Parts: sequence; structure tokens; C-alpha cells
Amino acid sequence: MDDLTRLTAADLAQKLSASEVSSEEATRAHLERIASVDPDVHAFLHVASERAIETAKAVDARRASGETLGPLAGVPVAIKDVLCTQDMPSTSGSKILEGWVPPYDATVVRKLREAELIPLGKTNMDEFAMGSSTEHSAFGPTHNPWDLERIPGGSGGGSAAAVAAFEAPLALGSDTGGSIRQPAAVTGSVGVKPTYGGVSRYGAIALASSLDQVGPVTRSVLDAGLLHDVIGGHDPRDSTSIDHEWPSMADAARAGLRDNALKGLRVGVVKEIAGDGEGFQAGVKQRFDETVRLLTAAGAEVVEVSAPSFEYAVAAYYLILPAEASSNLARFDSVRFGMRVNPVSGPVTSERVMAATRDAGFGAEVKRRIILGTYALSAGYYDAYYGSAQKVRTLIQRDFAAAFEQADVLISPAAPTTAFKIGEKVNDPLAMYLNDITTIPANLAGVPGLALPVGLAPEDGLPVGVQLMAPAHEDARLYTVGAALEQLLEAGWGHPLLQSAPSLAQSEMFASEEGAV
Amino acid sequence: MAKAELMDYERAIELFEPVLGFEVHVELNTKTKMFCGCANEFGSGANTNTCPTCLGLPGGLPQVNHQAVESSIRLGLALGCGIAESSRFARKNYFYPDTSKNFQTSQYDEPIAHDGEVTVELESGRRVTVLIERAHMEEDAGKLTHLGTTGRIQGAEYSLVDYNRGGVPLVEIVTRMIEGAEADAPEVGKAYVAHIRELVKALGVSNARMEEGNVRCDANVSLRPRGSNVLGTRTETKNVNSLRSVERAVRYEIQRQAAILDAGGTITQETRHWHEDTGTTSAGRPKSDADDYRYFPEPDLVPVAPSREWVEELRATLPEPPAERRARLREAWGFTALEFQDVANGDLLDAVEATVAEGASPAAARKWWTGEISRVANARGATAGELVSPKHVSELVALVENGDLTDRLARQVLEGVIDGEGSPSQVVEARGLKVVSDDGALIAAIDEALAAQPDVLQKIRDGKVQAAGAVIGAVMKAMRGQADAARVRELVLERAAQ
Ligand SMILES: [Zn+2]
Repeated sequence: MDDLTRLTAADLAQKLSASEVSSEEATRAHLERIASVDPDVHAFLHVASERAIETAKAVDARRASGETLGPLAGVPVAIKDVLCTQDMPSTSGSKILEGWVPPYDATVVRKLREAELIPLGKTNMDEFAMGSSTEHSAFGPTHNPWDLERIPGGSGGGSAAAVAAFEAPLALGSDTGGSIRQPAAVTGSVGVKPTYGGVSRYGAIALASSLDQVGPVTRSVLDAGLLHDVIGGHDPRDSTSIDHEWPSMADAARAGLRDNALKGLRVGVVKEIAGDGEGFQAGVKQRFDETVRLLTAAGAEVVEVSAPSFEYAVAAYYLILPAEASSNLARFDSVRFGMRVNPVSGPVTSERVMAATRDAGFGAEVKRRIILGTYALSAGYYDAYYGSAQKVRTLIQRDFAAAFEQADVLISPAAPTTAFKIGEKVNDPLAMYLNDITTIPANLAGVPGLALPVGLAPEDGLPVGVQLMAPAHEDARLYTVGAALEQLLEAGWGHPLLQSAPSLAQSEMFASEEGAV
Repeated sequence: MAKAELMDYERAIELFEPVLGFEVHVELNTKTKMFCGCANEFGSGANTNTCPTCLGLPGGLPQVNHQAVESSIRLGLALGCGIAESSRFARKNYFYPDTSKNFQTSQYDEPIAHDGEVTVELESGRRVTVLIERAHMEEDAGKLTHLGTTGRIQGAEYSLVDYNRGGVPLVEIVTRMIEGAEADAPEVGKAYVAHIRELVKALGVSNARMEEGNVRCDANVSLRPRGSNVLGTRTETKNVNSLRSVERAVRYEIQRQAAILDAGGTITQETRHWHEDTGTTSAGRPKSDADDYRYFPEPDLVPVAPSREWVEELRATLPEPPAERRARLREAWGFTALEFQDVANGDLLDAVEATVAEGASPAAARKWWTGEISRVANARGATAGELVSPKHVSELVALVENGDLTDRLARQVLEGVIDGEGSPSQVVEARGLKVVSDDGALIAAIDEALAAQPDVLQKIRDGKVQAAGAVIGAVMKAMRGQADAARVRELVLERAAQ
């Protein structure tokens, strides 16, 4: 195939390494794809065309001079706007940070640069990662490449849409309660939330510190493993980062491609989130059940496990997250960076400027969660809310521990439904929060989760994803099982799922005819 | 602000029992800040010692300074505290522009050190034990400068903020309620803060300069009517930053609160500002126990869990407790209470101890350090210790005791040493200051002086020995001071008798 944007990162890297194509060519191809489809998809908030081409040329020059480069050198990558980049604005999807260019790179961004990947730009997200649809971005929603009238998931809808629309082979996301995995599920892409502490959070604009984790968003499990290997590892700047000898996730994914990789694997179906409950779409349940049968057929031993405390996960999450967020977001006060708004009338004191700025700079969902969190931490309420939520967290960790006695990996649908229509749930926060019912437990327990596509729901033809979960530190197991399952599924389809996605070519023509940007 | 009515101090103590409490903030002298790698130093340009973490930029994350933990553990041990097997940081949430993240990272319900005690000695010899509730680690705030007409936050046109101090490591030492201090309450406050200052200095964990804010004291004072067992409402006087001020502020609050209570008024629970110039306090922010900082465990940090082995290793590095050291030295040196006080108050214990170790007698070492060296230091605006080394002082003492120098000559030699002319012997050599010990030269001068004053000679011979002074003076003058006056006197009496 001539179109460089249709290649996986692994394949593109191989062509680059063999000098069959240059990084400049690959980068230009992706920039052109962005120019043609992003006016409709709106995956990007910022595209750094010139700098990307410059960086690509520099990598090509180094390769030409015979230097040994990293496995992903020269491969373009999109970066979620939650990550600080010293050469691009970093807004976290908020007006309060509009145009703010940080004086430093997040550790994961520094690692991308050191590994000589080519940053293409910054991707859209729900403001401060609060949302499951990317509709809460202060800069307008992102559209699902499978159906532009639908949401691409959230908060990392931009990163998921970018890879699903072939605007980038790789992207970084961040996952606090499902912000990598749920968008992956509804866009037919692959997303991994690593073990908490596996990837540095330094330079990731914090939503909820005890839950946030940066991870890869890609179109294949191997690609996710390759990107994970670049960004993972201990960072002394992040005290919660684990000092651990991590195996290569790419190697783990390759191990999954061997014959009988699934033989004897104990797969636990978590009863409480297996798709039977309220809110699960029939097509999601159907594809999930088929996937479980596929695993059984491949020699896996499927057991049902129970995690009774998962019932309280969403409630606990919506206390812990707003509590931490209310404190993390206190620094947006106009004193040192970002937007500054003076009060319309009355004295101009620092307190009143802070208040006016926060009122003008934060969107409704952000304010809602700051108020919730402030309340939950207040004297007299702390024990009942934040304290109880932390107890639930401990119970969930115990449920996981018990489940992993019986199973090597756990499996569930990655999201209860396929992509819903833009605007459908935006005024119903509770319905929106329930989108994360399957993904939240992993964040509360700090265990890794991987989402991958398992087909299209018969009723709407939209992608369905499943989620695999493993014990903390066992991310490699997810890559092995994920790659094995992906191989089985693609053998059945005859091609990767995303090849069935609309080409968006029509909108490409439409865009050029209309002279859109 | 009208000056408050004060009750006579003795009367106040008759009517009320003062109850005290102190929060002392000690700024640690670590190389870097509490949670980032920025330099912990002053005098740099505004906001130069900053980074994304201490500036509270989006994405910044804290890392605990190992050296600060070590200093805190040593300080905790020196306060007789237990060291927690696991302690945690929390976030104290409040909006203020000198706090870059709009929360202070501070230990809250899980401090690193807890339950200690220190005993302080008052000038009367009375010993008072102060119980320590806790010592916890936290970070300092930045520095606000209000610009405009008043220099205060009210009426300022704008304010500048410098985050160089933001994130500097502090240990806050909190006492339990101090009861029973009675009329000594102000002195107990002063002695307690002096004790902490001495302790952190001996430990080497802080520069301990109160005038630079290295040690800052908040004083809590309340009064309990005699015969009542109900505690009074307390006030917290902030930033009392000299030992003398601690004493004055406690005394002032006792007198002020007593006047209000006696007149049937009530004390407002509030923070108060201390005014060094007028020696008064004024109302600050009303404070209530309901102040809600929405504390919760800092999720960006893992608990600080020092191993027991490490704690014991650190315990072995503790210096001798200052009070024990003072008792030991006073005993060894045989000083009177007053003499010893002189040395201790002048911060000269180290200097005298080192000088004695070099061979000088304690009395001579004390005399030089508290006398001439301190005088020169005062005149030059320096500290005694940085002017001259104990070794040189000891050498000077030896020269005097051997009769090579008179006191007067020795003072000149000291001046030369201070001015960098070398060791005392080198200065004696270079300036030619040695005492004339050649009796022949002295006798010649004496005979000349006696001949010039025959009336004096006669008086001496008549037994009026004190008349010799005039002759001795003339001889010393002729010798340009380089003679031992005692020897001159002996020889004068000898020659007059012949
Ligand atoms: Zn710093």
C-alpha cells in the first residue's frame, strides 16, 4: 500500500529503518492527512507542521550518517494536550490555559524526543480530562471517524480519533477513569492504561493524582507495546513512579503472536461488569461473549469471577476524583501563568481577580467537579465522603487480588455502549459518568488495563472494544494476551477492524471544494 | 489603632493563670528546597531559584528532600520525640498568592516526630519542662511585597511575589499547653525559644539566625481565672522573631487580656501581629477552630518511612544536649553563674571551649573572648568567632602568662592578629612588642626616675609605698610600655631601699 498513513507504527518503523521511506515523507503524509480530514474530525488543537518536518529531516540526516536510532525513530506521534510541551501550547482543553506554552517538557514528551519520534501536534480532550465524550473541550468537540455525528469517547477523544482517522500512527493519552480505554473502544483503536506508577506523570497536567496514568493510543497491540517501551520506566521527578525492571512490552506483544500463546491462560470474566447489567448495549454484550468463546476455542480456560465492590466504584471515583481535582486545579489563579480576568466592577484585589479568572476560564463541568470535591473534603464531610471512598478503594483492591487468585487476566467490555451521538448525554452528567463503569475499577486499584477492538455492534455498525486487566506490574501479560487475541480476531475478519472505517475521503473532497481549512 | 489598656503585670498574675503554647518554625539549611532541586538560598534575584514544581506550574510534581528528612529526624530525636515508622504529607488548601499551588504541602495528622519534651532553665535556676506535641515537615511560602502608599496589603496598588523562598523546608515544632509557668511565663517563652535555637544550631540543621527568619515563633497565650478550670480563649501572636520579643509579647498579651477580662470583656480568638517598635500586638485575622483547610493526604507523595536502623544511626550523630553541655562546661571551668552567663549569652561557648582545648586557662580564655575580642567585634560589626582563632587566643594567653607580654601589649598584638598580620608571635616579632625583661635596662631607668624625683624617693623611704606609683609610671613611659609593671614595682622598692 502506498499510503504511508495506513501503516502501523511497527511497519512504518521498519520501512524507515530500511530507508525505504524517509521520516520527512512519512511526516508530510500525515500532515497532509490531517489537513484533509481534521477540519471534520477536529482531533487536533494544535498542529506543529513546520517543526515536525524539521525534526523529521534531522532524524533522516542522522540515519543517513549511519547513526543507530531507536526502534520508533522518525515515526510521527500525536500528543494529548494534557501533556506539557515546551514548543507547543498545552491547554488541557481549557480556556484558562489558552495559548500557554510551558517552559518545560513532560517526562514522557522528553522521552519521545529522545527516542526521535516526530511530534505532530496536540490532541483535543475534555477540559482537564473531565468527560467521556470530548464534548467538554473548551475548543469544540472531536468527531468520531466512524460517524462524524458521534462522540469519539473521552477525555482522550482527540488522540483516539487521530489514530483511528489515520492522522497519526501513534498517540499519547492519559487515563484517570478510562480516558484512554473508553475512546479506544468507541473508535476501534487500541489503548493501554499502564500500572499506576509505570509511566511518569511529571508534566502531565494533573486531574486526580492518585488515578492519572499516561499511556499509548495506537491501532495495534504491538504498536502500543513499542510506544509503552519508549515512555515507561522510573522517573525520579515523580515520587509515585515505580522503580522496577520492566520487561519490553513490544517483546511481550510479539510473544503473543506465537502459536498457542493463549493455551492454558486463565481468563476471568468479571460478573459485575460482564455486560449483563443495566446500561449495556446488546451488541456490545454479543461481541464480548463471542470474544470469550474465541479465547476458549484458542485454549484459554475461562472462569467467572466476582468483584462485589465494583458496584460502588463509580460512586467512590466521583468523590476521590473531584476531591483531588479541586486541589490540583487551585493553582489556576492567574498569578503566574494563563488567563487573567479582572472583575467587571468593584475593587481589583488578588482574591477577586482569582475569582473572576476562574469564573471565566473554567467550563461548567470543571466547576461542577471543583464544587463537588471542595464539598467532599470539607470538615464534617470528609469522613463520610472522601474517607468512605478511600475505603471502597481498598475493597476494590481486595476484589482484584481475589480475582487474580483465580485468573491470570480479567476481561470485560471496555465501554457499556458504542459511540453515542454528540449532544445526547452532555446535559446528563450521571449518564455520562456511567460510561466509565467498566474502566474505573482499574484506576482505583492501580492495575493495568488494555482495550482493543473486537468487532462492530450489529445494531449500529460501530466499534466494540473489550478490556483486559492484569495485576499491578504485569502489564506485559496484557500485551501478550492482547496481541494473541488481536491476531485471532483479525484472522477472522481478514484485516484490521479500522480498515472498515469510512475513509473520510468524501469529506476530504468536500473540504477541498469548500476551501475549508 | 488605639493603644490597649494594660493591667499591671503582678496584678494580672494574681487574678489569672497564664497558659502558653508555642509554634516554632525552623528553616532548615539544606542545599535544596523541600520538594524540588532548586537552591535553598537567599540573595538571589527574584524568582531565580524556581522551577515548575515550586512555581506551581501545571504538571509540576514534588519529590521529598532526603536531607530535609534526615534533619527533621535528628531534630525530632534531639527534642526527645518518637520518630514515626510512617509519616505522611497532606495538602493544606487555601488561596493566597504567596502559595504557588494554592495549597501548602505540610504534614498534618501523621507528623514525622511526636511526643517529646525539653527542659529549660530560668535565670533563677528554676527548671521548667515543656512538652512537645509534634515536629512536622512543611514548606515555606513565597514572599509578597506590597507596593503603594502604605506598604501594607490594604491600600497597596500592586504586589510583587518572589517564590525563591517558596518551598524552602521548614520544621514546625508544636508544644503542648504549658501550664504552671505563672509569673515566669514570659521568661519561659524566651528560654524555650532560646533552647530551640541553640538546639538546631548545635545540630547544624539550621543557620538559626532569628533576625533572618531562620527561627520564627508564634506565641499562644490565654488566661485562666484563678479558681477556674476552664481554659480561656487564646490568641496567637505571629512572627515574634527575637528572644527579647518573645518575652515582651507574652507579657504584653497577659497584661492586655487581663485588662479586658477584668473589665468583663471577652477575648477574641484571633491571630495578632507583633510590633517590635512599640512593643504591642494588634488584631489580625479572626481565627476559629472551624478554619477549614480541607486537609487530605498528598497523593503526589508516598509516605516517609524511615527505617529503624537509619533512625538509630542518626541518633548516634546527635550532639551533646545544650543544657547538659552547659552544665558540664560550667563545672569544668569553675565559673560563677554570672561569668558563665556572660560566655553563653555572647555565643562564645564554642570559642572558649576550643581555646581551653588549645591549652589556655578557662579564666583567661573567658576574659579575652568576653572582653577585648567581643569589644573589637562589636566595634567592627562582626562576630567574635570570625575575628580570631582559638589557637591564636591560646597563644596570646601563653605569652602573657610567660611574662612576654603585658595585657596592654597583648591587646596591641591581638589587633595585629585580627588585622591579619599573622600569629601572635609573628606580630610580637614584627611590631617589636616584647616586654623588656632585662633588669639592667629597667634599673637604669628606675635610678634615673628616682634621681629626678627626690621627694618621692624620700616618701618611699618613709614607708609611704604607694608613692612609688609616680616612679613606676615614669619608668613605664620611658620603656614605652614594654615592661612588666609588677617587676618594675619590685625593682623600684628595691632600689629606693638602697
Ligand atoms: Zn523548584
